[in-house]
Amino acid sequence: MKPPLFDYKAPATIDEAVAMLAADPDAAVLAGGQSLLPAMNFRVANPSALVDIQHVQGLQGISVDGGEIVIKAMVRHRELELDVVVQRVNPLVVETLQHVAHVPIRNRGTVVGSLCHADPSAEMPLLFVLLGGTVVARSPAGTRTIAAEDFFKAFLTTTRAHDEIITEARLPVLPEGAGWAFDEVTRRHGDYALVGLGCVLALSGDGKVETVRLAACGIADKPVRLKASEAALQGTGLAPADLDKAVEASASAVTTPDDMNTSVAFRRRALGALIRRLVAKAAARARNKEPA
Amino acid sequence: MRGKIKPALPERSEDPRVAVALTVNGEQVTRAVSVRMLLSDFLRHELGLTGTHVGCEHGVCGCCTVHIDGKAARSCLTLAVQANGCEVRTIESVASTDGALHPVQQAFKECHALQCGYCTPGMVMNVLSRFEEPGTLDLSEEGIRDMLSGNLCRCTGYLNIVTAVRRAAELLGRAE
Repeated sequence: MKPPLFDYKAPATIDEAVAMLAADPDAAVLAGGQSLLPAMNFRVANPSALVDIQHVQGLQGISVDGGEIVIKAMVRHRELELDVVVQRVNPLVVETLQHVAHVPIRNRGTVVGSLCHADPSAEMPLLFVLLGGTVVARSPAGTRTIAAEDFFKAFLTTTRAHDEIITEARLPVLPEGAGWAFDEVTRRHGDYALVGLGCVLALSGDGKVETVRLAACGIADKPVRLKASEAALQGTGLAPADLDKAVEASASAVTTPDDMNTSVAFRRRALGALIRRLVAKAAARARNKEPA
Repeated sequence: MRGKIKPALPERSEDPRVAVALTVNGEQVTRAVSVRMLLSDFLRHELGLTGTHVGCEHGVCGCCTVHIDGKAARSCLTLAVQANGCEVRTIESVASTDGALHPVQQAFKECHALQCGYCTPGMVMNVLSRFEEPGTLDLSEEGIRDMLSGNLCRCTGYLNIVTAVRRAAELLGRAE
């Protein structure tokens, strides 16, 4: 037996599930288990009980609703990756998911679980911050919606209250005509990112940057929008000097201290390289978009 | 205070048990197991199916890969109780009952894609699930390496394993 002992609970309804959490302050929610179970096998995590939500009604399925992709709590990464509607309305989702671990892990791990785990190097939290997604939290007291930028608080910490279960995550579709790109620097493909970057960008008729959003993971204690770099690119024609300014403006966003993986200096350089590469890629895609 | 030598050890753990019923390789099985028993340990210690290997037990090496409801998954990152009601498939079910190898196994044999063989059951179950998945499969060098990236081999290097996946595609009529 690798994991420490716990109570196992398998509720059938969301009301039962949140009541079980409310009754036990050390209980944890189990969805796909691809982050929680390794932590338990290492005995880093030691919850008193696991509330397994896989049998809870109403937590399955993906839908597109009024410009948002609605991802229910038990949707696995791979399910979202292979969804043809999602591929059409937001190709950035697939491009990002292909960097999340490996297929057998993506077959089990859930998107919402990854958001709740809130690893600062993980790709899906970055995507939610980048696109301005929201999550819906359910507790015995009721339901509330939390915006991505308010959800991620710090390393492995979100603003989800202990007795709340995130029942769904909502991710905007890409704006018409926008270009997109995601990439990351890792030691091995499938590892957590040393630095990851996502970019969504729209150009005006004269080729100037109309809107741009940049978000990174691996550089701070949570995924962050690079607002200073966005401001440096806004309204420009993406000349090399404009990109230099955007890269320069990103340096102070890197706050992760030197660790066993790499140094702050390397993370800053990698982030700069990703900004140059991905802004160019997103802009090329925006230019090549067929008019609607 | 030093630990005391106990007169006798209990024969089974005192963990709370939970009944699980699942299908393994087409056969219905029911057992009462500890809630913290991993699916990998369940297969090996409760069912005696030792073809599923256990390497790192935290999801990195891929040795313990089995199919859960038709999809490759780490049995070390799944509790037996989570597989309650599921259909699990292990390496023992892959060859025919008359012993004829499955094309994926045949390809691994032909291409010498194993040396000690410890990682092979996980490799085969992972590759097999990708061939059984609907849709197109990226069989470029990079695509195959991506397919294998969640399975570690510490003896052969990956060249022969990549070749074996390409050969398996030929044997299964999937090569482009």
